[in-house]
Amino acid sequence: MSDLIDDPTPGQNMPEYTVSEISGEIKRTLEGSFGRVRVRGEVGRVFRARSGHLYFDVKDDRSVLACTTWKGQVASLSVVPEEGLEVVVTGRLTAFGGQSKYNLNVDEVAVAGQGALMALLEKRKKQLAAEGLFDPARKKPLPYLPRIIGVVTSPSGAVIRDILHRLHDRFPRKVLIWPVAVQGQSCAAEVARAIEGFNRLQPGGALPRPDLIIVARGGGSVEDLWGFNEEIVARAAAASDIPLISAVGHETDTTLIDFVSDRRAPTPTAAAELAVPVRLELMAWADGMGARLSRAATTGLAQRRQRIGDLSRALPRGEALLDGPRQRLDWIAERLPRALSGGVQRRRMTLSEVAGGLRPSALRGLLARRRDRLNAARLTLAPISREIARRRERITTLSGRLETAHRQRLDRMRRQLDATDRLLSSLGYEATLERGYAVVRAGEHVITRRDAAGREPHLEIQFADGRLAVTPTGAITPPVPPAPAPAAPRKRTKPSSPPDQGSLF
Amino acid sequence: MTDTPVQEMSFEQAMKELETVVDRLERGEVALEESITLYERGAQLKKRCEDELKRAEEKVAAITLDTDGNPTGTTPVEGA
Repeated sequence: MSDLIDDPTPGQNMPEYTVSEISGEIKRTLEGSFGRVRVRGEVGRVFRARSGHLYFDVKDDRSVLACTTWKGQVASLSVVPEEGLEVVVTGRLTAFGGQSKYNLNVDEVAVAGQGALMALLEKRKKQLAAEGLFDPARKKPLPYLPRIIGVVTSPSGAVIRDILHRLHDRFPRKVLIWPVAVQGQSCAAEVARAIEGFNRLQPGGALPRPDLIIVARGGGSVEDLWGFNEEIVARAAAASDIPLISAVGHETDTTLIDFVSDRRAPTPTAAAELAVPVRLELMAWADGMGARLSRAATTGLAQRRQRIGDLSRALPRGEALLDGPRQRLDWIAERLPRALSGGVQRRRMTLSEVAGGLRPSALRGLLARRRDRLNAARLTLAPISREIARRRERITTLSGRLETAHRQRLDRMRRQLDATDRLLSSLGYEATLERGYAVVRAGEHVITRRDAAGREPHLEIQFADGRLAVTPTGAITPPVPPAPAPAAPRKRTKPSSPPDQGSLF
Repeated sequence: MTDTPVQEMSFEQAMKELETVVDRLERGEVALEESITLYERGAQLKKRCEDELKRAEEKVAAITLDTDGNPTGTTPVEGA
């Protein structure tokens, strides 16, 4: 009944929304009235969620626009936003009711202006250089004559034709083309994939693995070549195990891949020239080598033959070798008989000379001379007695020295004996007996303990002047030993030395 | 002189060794026995190089890719 009663409440005529209704309405309005928009600004914070979605801000000096790129859209972005990059983003404005927020769903990012692009390139260059990817030591040598050349480029167009032409002219080889887009959004991803793909091929697999890769593209604007400035391309090229030649754009264009490639060719044609040597030149070289080889071999043989000829000419005839000796023999043989008769003649002459002097008078003269010498040398006793006297004198001296030495030795030994004796009497226990100590014995044993003394039937006490036999008179209680007390310490001190001495004796 | 069999050498290896062999023979410092061995090896090396040069074949193929960009095979390319 209440609806019949006019009960005016402020705002009752306005429609009432639920929150979700109004959120949906706002979302529709936003999407409907803006549609696709392009917004220019600087990229602020960038966040890639684990889900793969990309969230980032685009801002200017006063405002911030939240941007979202869904996982599926990220791959098709030609430029991935990086903080600080000046960009133009394109997308649809939409709202997210769950947070009462609006944002731009970005499906295209372009770098605003060439200056910004070059700044981005510089930044990447610095980063990769810092990682050492440009290090000259990383560069691999190109194979001298690759069997299979992999070319990453557009399958149509002048570039591949130029490369194939130049290869054909220089050295026809097997070429495997990996077709890629050389510009546009998918360029970088496709080129990187192609480089990695070539590296993944196994030698001897269904697709032959190239031993050289050429990444080529013709000239174009900075934006056209931009794909080759992307980090994924540079990283793929750096990671390539197969040597890689980059040939992107004209000579004046330098892209990021040029810094990491093993060789940079100024043009695709030049890349083909770097890739293979000229076949005709090599054939000429091989011919030349063949000619040098056989010439060297024949020259070597000819030289040896020549030398043998020279040597054999220098070799004398066999008969000539004997001529000299034979002549000498003739000469000597002729002299032989003459030498014999001459020798006999000479000896006969000597004999007659010597025999001439052999007379009895000569013998007599000799005898007379000998007799004179015998008389001169008379045999006497004087030298012998002189010798005897000298020897006797020597014996006397020696016996004197012997006696002295013997006496000195005796003296020394006596002194030593005296000293030892003195030492002995000062250390001996007999001396101690003079000072009032006594030695108690039972038979042959020295008694050092009261208990042992108590057990013995007979004891003998040794004083300084002799021994006294005693009989112990029963046990004496240990606490009151008036007389034994002084005796006990004596006994105790004493026995410590006799056994020692005993052992010494 | 390496021990690698000539047939297993790369073109570049064969080329380098052929140069060495010819140089040694030309200098004429090797003994007769060895010079014959050297000559034979040189001849083999030269043949190896020439075979490689004759084998120069031109075959150009483009890789075909499936929708995911994976290679599926090749198609011959005309031209060049």
